[in-house]
Amino acid sequence: MTTYILKRILQAIPVFLGATLLIYFMVFAMPGDQIAALFGDRQPNPALLERLRAQYHLDEPFIVQYFYYITGIFRLDFGISFSGQPVIEILARTFPVTLRLAVMAVAISFVLAIVIGLFSALRKGGIFDNSMLVVALIFLALPIFVLSFLAQYFLAVQLGWFRPTVGARNDWGDLWLPALVLGFSVYATTMRLTRSSTIETLNQDWVRTAYSKGLPRRRVIPVHVLRNSLIPMVTDLGTVFGILMVGATVTEGIFNVPGVGNTLYQAIIRGENPTVVSFVTVFVVVYVLINIVVDLIYGLLDPRIRYVSS
Amino acid sequence: MKRNRIALSGLALLAAGTLSLAGCASGTDSGSGDTGGGDAEAIISVNGSEPQNPLIPTNTNETGGGKILDAMFSGLIGYAADGSVYNDVAEDITVDDPQHLTVKIREGLKFTDGEEVTADNFIKAWNYGALASNEQLSSYFFEDIEGFSYDADSELTGLEQVDDYTFTIALNKPASDFAQRLGYSAYFPLPDVAFDDMDAFGENPIGNGPYMLSGDGAWQHDVGIDLVTNPDYDGPRTPANGGVDIKFYASQDAAYADLLAGELDVLDAIPDSAFETFESDLGDRAVNQPAAIFQSFTIPERLPHFSGEEGNLRRQALSMAINREEITDVIFQGTRTPASDFTSPVIDGWSDSLEGADVLAYNPDKAKELWAQADAISPWDGSFQIAYNADGGHQAWVDATVNSIKNTLGIDASGAPYPTFAELRGQVTDRTIQTAFRTGWQADYPGLYNFLGPLYATNAGSNDGDYSSADFDKYLSEGISATDADEANSLFQKAQEVLLKDLPATPLWYSNVVGGYADTVDNVEFGWNSVPLYEQITKVG
Repeated sequence: MTTYILKRILQAIPVFLGATLLIYFMVFAMPGDQIAALFGDRQPNPALLERLRAQYHLDEPFIVQYFYYITGIFRLDFGISFSGQPVIEILARTFPVTLRLAVMAVAISFVLAIVIGLFSALRKGGIFDNSMLVVALIFLALPIFVLSFLAQYFLAVQLGWFRPTVGARNDWGDLWLPALVLGFSVYATTMRLTRSSTIETLNQDWVRTAYSKGLPRRRVIPVHVLRNSLIPMVTDLGTVFGILMVGATVTEGIFNVPGVGNTLYQAIIRGENPTVVSFVTVFVVVYVLINIVVDLIYGLLDPRIRYVSS
Repeated sequence: MKRNRIALSGLALLAAGTLSLAGCASGTDSGSGDTGGGDAEAIISVNGSEPQNPLIPTNTNETGGGKILDAMFSGLIGYAADGSVYNDVAEDITVDDPQHLTVKIREGLKFTDGEEVTADNFIKAWNYGALASNEQLSSYFFEDIEGFSYDADSELTGLEQVDDYTFTIALNKPASDFAQRLGYSAYFPLPDVAFDDMDAFGENPIGNGPYMLSGDGAWQHDVGIDLVTNPDYDGPRTPANGGVDIKFYASQDAAYADLLAGELDVLDAIPDSAFETFESDLGDRAVNQPAAIFQSFTIPERLPHFSGEEGNLRRQALSMAINREEITDVIFQGTRTPASDFTSPVIDGWSDSLEGADVLAYNPDKAKELWAQADAISPWDGSFQIAYNADGGHQAWVDATVNSIKNTLGIDASGAPYPTFAELRGQVTDRTIQTAFRTGWQADYPGLYNFLGPLYATNAGSNDGDYSSADFDKYLSEGISATDADEANSLFQKAQEVLLKDLPATPLWYSNVVGGYADTVDNVEFGWNSVPLYEQITKVG
């Protein structure tokens, strides 16, 4: 098991280097003069422009810029934003907020998806199953920004059940509304996955065996059916987390959540290469790490995988 | 439309006493009738955005940080809601001649760390802002002062301290409106502690204004900044509330939702998506009035067909082919005001009756006629395009404008979108752009010259179209050397009449300040620069 974990972590290093190089190149290739844009419609003094460009190494070729960046990372120096803040501080400030939001969204989505998916599977083709299919399709079809605006206008502004934006208060309890929206945006896929995987499990021999041994339904469903149906869900969890970290960019903007998505969006607008690359890099790292964790949980749930890999 | 007001600028500042009164008086006549109540301890909440730079006055050139600095610092003068000036830290500013000023400041004023405000605080702060190696974004505000250099570190030799409370300013060229500029944030004084560690100061600035930080870490990055009243403040902007919480919003939609839900007291930017509904949502708490923002598009003279006599005819034809009334009504829902000159209605000296201003009125017949005359000189080919940045919400009006041109003149016209502002500015700056492009100007201080000099004077810094006119330059320099405000304004108007003939930029409309406030506050009045006058706002009940 330990070598398996080590191998997975070592594999992450080329992924990390490749991803940063690619992202850096894409940001670098973005046209336009970011430093000139700092001055708005005004023409800045050329000498000042030169000095500012030199300060951010923008006058150097791409590979030199990347070299500065990547060697900085090993000293935990992720560069400086145009506002003079170390990017690592911005990360440290915004990341926990987005993580809270993502964890809440995943929790909401999975609890609902598993409960509703299970019941749908047990009553396959019934009224409940069909109406839940319609609901899932609606959530699947609604773009996340539409869902966000609808929730914000009706649930917060009109009904007053939530605060319309998050802002300074961004503890667990304050993130309910964006977490619900994010949760529902990924809910449909997970629910349908639970349903189909449960139906498949229900038809397995061992379930029939369990029933024929005389085990009661309340024992067969949670232990024999659910546990085995959860395996594909765990793989799904890795993808969902990835989607959420990125999907947060839209939601965080609408609900004014001071997280990574919001900050990344602002940084892209301003063309702050160090900030953009560092944020996207962290996305990549998180995604890789979560997938390692997912693979480990997979092993715990399904002993066959554990034995094969060790 | 034009509001009558006392003409004030350069020389008029001599009448310091009356000016201070004008500043105070403007505080009492805001829209709502209720001026009695209001809790002087209550904190009001307003919208803002994360400052793009540390909060150093000479390094802040955007509104997010500017709003905060204006609340935390007091300059030599201040601007009332109508753009008129009043003395704040200054006791007296004398314009000795167009190139020399003497500034006397009030004694006994303090920074919030207890240090007294003296002439030295201004001289050191301005020198810091001007020094080339300090790379301050607003360093160009000092370029008129003797000794200034963009290329090498150089002291502002034009600043001379007379005594603790008096200093003189010598300019390297006539700028009779220099005194009028001194309310801008770049000219704020700095306490001595700032120079020990400017980075640390930028995080926790210490000012001399009506508000101060509520404590260490009052600036929560990306979230907001909490200001409380400065108990030692002694000046014309005494707050009627206990403080201001500036909440940062990445999107105006989020801020508007907060305003509707009663989570935000005052909003100074309604999102485009709510233009249709905000007046019915907010009733008489909606604000929609012209601001000091001028919008135009610029056709560089180097483009084929746009120079000489032919170019002149084409520029006029294009201008007359645009139905400004309809576009401001339909596209902007009345949140823009059709332009009738090159400045803004909130600036003293603005006029809607300049000679030649009829070129800004929709006149399809005349437009066709002029276009045909130009075709007789050299036939038109190709397509007329206006470049814009797609990240700034310009597509709708550009499309409407080019459609208006297309339908009137029967030529091919279209918008040319650039993904980002940076990309558009890059091509404008290096002069590679091959089409007309959108331009705009937000005034730094309420004066006509600020809308003209930097944009259209020969070789001026922001003269994106490389316009050059001896007549215009002459009127402009006569205007800036005139020490009588009325005389100066009439010269600036003459200069604009030259522009109306040449149309280096085609005036479109003035942006309005579009905002609103919740029923939780009263006495909300928006300043000439579109920012509410925070100190006047009172909390209801």
